[in-house]
Amino acid sequence: MRSEVVFRIAIGACAVLLIALVAAIGLELARESSLSIRTFGLRFWLTRTWDPVAGEFGALPFIWGTLYSSALALLISTPIALGIAVFISELCPAWLRTPLVFLTELLAAIPSIVYGLWAIFVLVPAVRQLEVSTPSALRALPLFSGPPLGVGMLAAALVLAVMVIPFTSAVAREVLKTVPIVQREAAYALGATRFEAIRSAIFFARTGIVGAIMLGFGRALGETMAVTMVIGNNPQISASLFAPQYTMAAVIANEFTEATDELYLNALVEIGLVLFVITLIVNAGSRVLIWAMSRSAAPVARRPATAPTAA
Amino acid sequence: MTRDARRRLVSTLFVTACGLAVLLALVPLGLVLFFVVSQGVQALNIGFFTRMPRPVGETGGGMLNALVGTLMLTGLAATMAIPIGVISGVYMSEYKGTRLATATRFAADTLNGVPSIVIGIFAYAVAVLPFRQFSAMAGGLALGVMMIPIIARTTEELLLLVPGALREGALALGATRARAVFTVILPAALPGIITGVVLALARIAGETAPLLFTAFNNRFLSTDLRQPIASMTVQIFTYAISPYEDWHRQAWAGALVLVSFVLMCSLVARVVTARVQRLRG
Repeated sequence: MRSEVVFRIAIGACAVLLIALVAAIGLELARESSLSIRTFGLRFWLTRTWDPVAGEFGALPFIWGTLYSSALALLISTPIALGIAVFISELCPAWLRTPLVFLTELLAAIPSIVYGLWAIFVLVPAVRQLEVSTPSALRALPLFSGPPLGVGMLAAALVLAVMVIPFTSAVAREVLKTVPIVQREAAYALGATRFEAIRSAIFFARTGIVGAIMLGFGRALGETMAVTMVIGNNPQISASLFAPQYTMAAVIANEFTEATDELYLNALVEIGLVLFVITLIVNAGSRVLIWAMSRSAAPVARRPATAPTAA
Repeated sequence: MTRDARRRLVSTLFVTACGLAVLLALVPLGLVLFFVVSQGVQALNIGFFTRMPRPVGETGGGMLNALVGTLMLTGLAATMAIPIGVISGVYMSEYKGTRLATATRFAADTLNGVPSIVIGIFAYAVAVLPFRQFSAMAGGLALGVMMIPIIARTTEELLLLVPGALREGALALGATRARAVFTVILPAALPGIITGVVLALARIAGETAPLLFTAFNNRFLSTDLRQPIASMTVQIFTYAISPYEDWHRQAWAGALVLVSFVLMCSLVARVVTARVQRLRG
């Protein structure tokens, strides 16, 4: 019995260490950004001038760039990712399933820096071509204004979308797997077409699918290298897809080693702290949704356990 | 068109759209692989693996320092992350349902979702600032922190797959919990755990962001843990955003090496997983 206790404490210490690590990350970030938090307060997040030389730090453009690029990426990636999830889990023949899963996993395994390299030399010239050939009537719209540089919001959103697809589709696939088979069988028995049966399964899994999309959002928010290499790194707030902009992760990656004075460094760490908190909330939210979904998917199996055993 | 014909048409369109989505996602994958291979092969030669970078303006040279650096950094990360990850994985599966196990699982999933650049800042704060020195140590720490949750979760999932009869058999023979874990349960799950570690290594080796301001970079060959060290990824980044044609070639060659490594790891993982599944029947 003693050895049992010793064993449990010994390996429990490792588990505690893992939890402490997450707490330590939050605490260190808060500690190293305290100067900036005290100096600027909320102003830091509400102003848009980023001028390290003058000691002026307003992080609004980075928040904007991160949210805008991630939202655009989701707009592109969500339909594709859900289509892949439905195809693999509902439609494709069994022999095709393993290779397709492998290929989508490969999409997630390619390092961010390789996507960035490819984007600089292949995607950005293509995007520039697209921008140049945009008719001038469209160019008058705020969405397409600005010079055709190639680098900018559009290129960043496209790369992000490619990188997010495998995450969203993998989770959506898992979620669809938990939908009871009777859900589909019942739909078919009522004379539903394939689309209608799958729609009912998707409707059944909606909570979990929202969770899958949120998980992708969390990934997009924190993605650094590929975005840094193609977004243009210009701290401005613009609705234009063609405008070079900046993200929270990118400004940390670019300026951290250049931050010579303490206030500058603290300001960058504060951006990291907020990125940490946002991704924490988004990820926790998505996990709660997926968990709620998998619980509700098994009501039949759970019933005996919750029902009173003796009358 | 009758209502039924319309329903059938919608259904066909939907199925086609899903198929198209798959093709659409495979296009960028194909393009990335095509360019990495076609551009990389042109620049790749033996010298890439055996020579040091040349000064700006001179062509040729290789990435020996970065290869050594990446090996050292991933090695450091693995020595730190494998014990912590595996043991906390054991805790989560052995004591599943306890509050600590649930909290650990939550912490692991949280840590997995933390952006790598943020983990880089953490490593900077605890391992660079106190010594006023970028170091291989700090880079290894950053990568290790990223690796721990991956290994912990893989270990947990695989241990839960080990048949209950094995555990019960060991305990019935009078083995202590520790003995049952280390001599029966862990060995049964070992192939899977090794697969998980290999996949985690592949992912870590491709990380750039957490190294930018921890391991930094080094133009010279270094094996000193207290000094800045080069890595494949940071080197590719530096070369990619440089204006020099020859450096771009080197960047593609580096990308090819990196992607081949990742691809090899995934294939090995696939084969091992398939074999384990077949053995389980």
